[in-house]
Amino acid sequence: MADLSIEFCGIKAPNPFWLASAPPTDKAYNVVRAFEAGWGGVVWKTLGEDPAAVNVSSRYSALYGKNREVVGFNNIELITDRSLEINLREITQVKKDWPDRAMIVSLMLPCEEHYWADILPKVEATGADGIELNFGCPHGMPERGMGAAVGQVPEYVQMVTAWCKKYSKLPVIVKLTPNITDVRMPARAALAGGADAVSLINTINSITSLDLDRMVALPIVGGASTHGGYCGSAVKPIALNMVAEIARDPQTRGLPISGIGGIGNWRDAAEFIALGAGCVQVCTAAMLHGFRIVEEMKDGLSRWMDEKGYERISDFSGKAVANTTDWKYLDMNYQVIAQISQDDCIKCGKCYVACEDTSHQAIAQLIDAAGTRSYEVIKDECVGCNLCEITCPVQGCITMVPQTTGKPYMNWTQDPRNPRAVAETA
Amino acid sequence: MIESLSYLPHPTLPSEELAGHFTDLAPPLTARQAAIESARCLYCYDAPCSRICPSEIDVAGFIRNIHDKNINGAAAGILKQNILGGSCARVCPTEILCEDVCVRNHDAEGQPVKIGLLQRYAVDHAHFAAHPFKRAAATGKTIAIVGAGPAGLSCAHRLAMLGHDVVIFEKEDKAGGLNEYGIAKYKLTDDFAQKEVAFLLAIGGIEIRCRQVLGENLQLRELHAQYDAVFLGLGLGASRKLGLTGEEAPGLLAAVDYIAALRQADDLSSLPVPKRAIVIGAGNTAIDMAVQIQRLGAEEVTLVYRRGFDAMTATHHEQDIAKTNQVRMLTWAQPQQVLLDAGGKVAGMRFEKTRLEGARLAGTGETFDVAAETIFKAIGQSLASDALHDPMAALLKRDGDKIAVDAGFRTVLPGIYAGGDCVAPGQDLTVQAVQHGKLAALAIHHDLISKVEAA
Repeated sequence: MADLSIEFCGIKAPNPFWLASAPPTDKAYNVVRAFEAGWGGVVWKTLGEDPAAVNVSSRYSALYGKNREVVGFNNIELITDRSLEINLREITQVKKDWPDRAMIVSLMLPCEEHYWADILPKVEATGADGIELNFGCPHGMPERGMGAAVGQVPEYVQMVTAWCKKYSKLPVIVKLTPNITDVRMPARAALAGGADAVSLINTINSITSLDLDRMVALPIVGGASTHGGYCGSAVKPIALNMVAEIARDPQTRGLPISGIGGIGNWRDAAEFIALGAGCVQVCTAAMLHGFRIVEEMKDGLSRWMDEKGYERISDFSGKAVANTTDWKYLDMNYQVIAQISQDDCIKCGKCYVACEDTSHQAIAQLIDAAGTRSYEVIKDECVGCNLCEITCPVQGCITMVPQTTGKPYMNWTQDPRNPRAVAETA
Repeated sequence: MIESLSYLPHPTLPSEELAGHFTDLAPPLTARQAAIESARCLYCYDAPCSRICPSEIDVAGFIRNIHDKNINGAAAGILKQNILGGSCARVCPTEILCEDVCVRNHDAEGQPVKIGLLQRYAVDHAHFAAHPFKRAAATGKTIAIVGAGPAGLSCAHRLAMLGHDVVIFEKEDKAGGLNEYGIAKYKLTDDFAQKEVAFLLAIGGIEIRCRQVLGENLQLRELHAQYDAVFLGLGLGASRKLGLTGEEAPGLLAAVDYIAALRQADDLSSLPVPKRAIVIGAGNTAIDMAVQIQRLGAEEVTLVYRRGFDAMTATHHEQDIAKTNQVRMLTWAQPQQVLLDAGGKVAGMRFEKTRLEGARLAGTGETFDVAAETIFKAIGQSLASDALHDPMAALLKRDGDKIAVDAGFRTVLPGIYAGGDCVAPGQDLTVQAVQHGKLAALAIHHDLISKVEAA
């Protein structure tokens, strides 16, 4: 079996599956259950200054799929609502009882140096393996000048990171907010401040849905609501892109990344790792299904690695980064064409109407004498957009077949159809 | 008819328990089930379920509306095409129509979307503040409809929508036709047929006159003279005969007559129920009869059919209902003789075994007897000839033993239209009758308007 153990910016863990700083890591009881279930590490729910934050009721809402499966999740919880003293005591005890698991402590404090100088020695005294700076919480805390309010200003990110490096020997992981135009900026700032790693993404500003009778968004607090932080599978594509942006940025290349955002199974984890993550953090999936999911995540990842011949996580970490590029470097001569397997086709007509109404009219509807429908690709019209394959309810029925064009690789900067091609290559 | 069975015992079970045997055969979906089931629909384009639906319901559309919690929209979409969508949801043989061709009913999955139950869910759970269809401006035309069954009701509703007034002449005490008198009790429960009629009439402009029997107190020639058009939704009132001696003996009757009495009985325990019953036939009525008499307490119910299972017009789904209700089904045997007791009442039936000789069904000469106190015939219905004996009615062209019509359900007599089971096309399904009525209404409207324009 593949070796799932990792060393992430100097922090060792038996596997790359960590629980993100969030309700599941709020207190010893939960964290112990998580370790019993087999999680490789936790990022303890964010500690702050005393007195502790106070939360409202209610706190969560969701975006549902067709079968009421949760696609996206939204929360308006603040950082820990328990005292610093209790949290530090519990962290100390849990780390002592579970020495092989990664114990990271998330922190959020005002942007004044003395707060950090004061708290860091206390955190270090717990025996924790590292700290994570919560520069990403998008709701509530930014109104008080913390969380995303810091993460959105690269200068602050660099400044606070530098304080942490100054007052602590622990590895510093800077957690980034996605509520920003270009995530590379705060990542570069974190690196400049001396960060040992970044973790991303934190949650995305969101309103999931409304109660149309009461005319108020969810979750409802009294008669009102506020935007929350969005997470769950729906945010995975956004997170993957941001991870890739940092992984392939020449300025931050090689900076360890802890991937977060919609990870719910081994495959999600493998994707983050392939795009450069050294470990992953999970929250929503555990909140929806319980800690036991780590069992299938470990098993699935390990078996897949065995199949592919990867002995350890580092064997494939970042392996897809080089294949993630700018649009202008894509091969203009590459061509795929849809192919419909008539044996598998159930004649639902979805590919046809999608292509006919909204794409390139490249699928023909054929009606035989008995009135039976069949659908065939008009090869000359197909641009290879994948829409039909995406709409098809039968997996594997429509495949996109690469065509042999005999033409060499030619990107847009080399393409004679590009009016600026000469200027760019010159 | 059923009075001839008065010498038979009554069910031994108390009324309440008997009533429990006739509750919904296919219980309705709960909200949760409807959510799950509607999510299974793939929302096909040019969907096969809609293409096969005799009443052209946009199935994918109404299911999507159910899923989006627009129940009124779902129901309105169904009722727009089929005003009897509630009863059709219950009685349609979906297993040979929409659910048979559902794209999810293929090898990999083998589970079609439960379209019938979803349709019932939509219609049952819709809450309309007023009747969902508006009438067009009054045309001043009045159309006579003979028969308040599905075809006549559907025709009447569509005509009312188009601005015409309608008078329906019905021979029974209640409107509804086979929905009221002929469908197995456990398929249409809770007086649904009457509720549906009341809903339909709420559009206004439709008057129903009961106990009006064509050929008795009503003549086609008079209707033709008095009204702007006439639609005949007569159904098939006559039960076919076995052609055997003893056919009139007490204990032998048409299944439809017993079912009608069963459907109208306030107290099921008052019905005469034999210990042993024979049902002759292989259609849905035969199955309905066999299962219902079994549920009333008959101990031995034998359904006999002269051909094999594959030739039965009852669907596999219906055959399964019979099997799960302990109905014994004998195939390849035909009635030869009604066996009578000393008092001249039915004591059983002698059957002759049959086989195919080439394409021809032939008796083998080998016989066997089945003892029974009652024999129910369910060998098909035909047009009641009494209804069409006045000089004008006699001119109606026939197609076989049914009334011949064109694609607009026009008979050969100008101004007279016909639809439902009494006309040639179709398989005598409720949903087809509804469609006939709807299309006939459109033809009547078209013909009346073009006459006005021409004048």
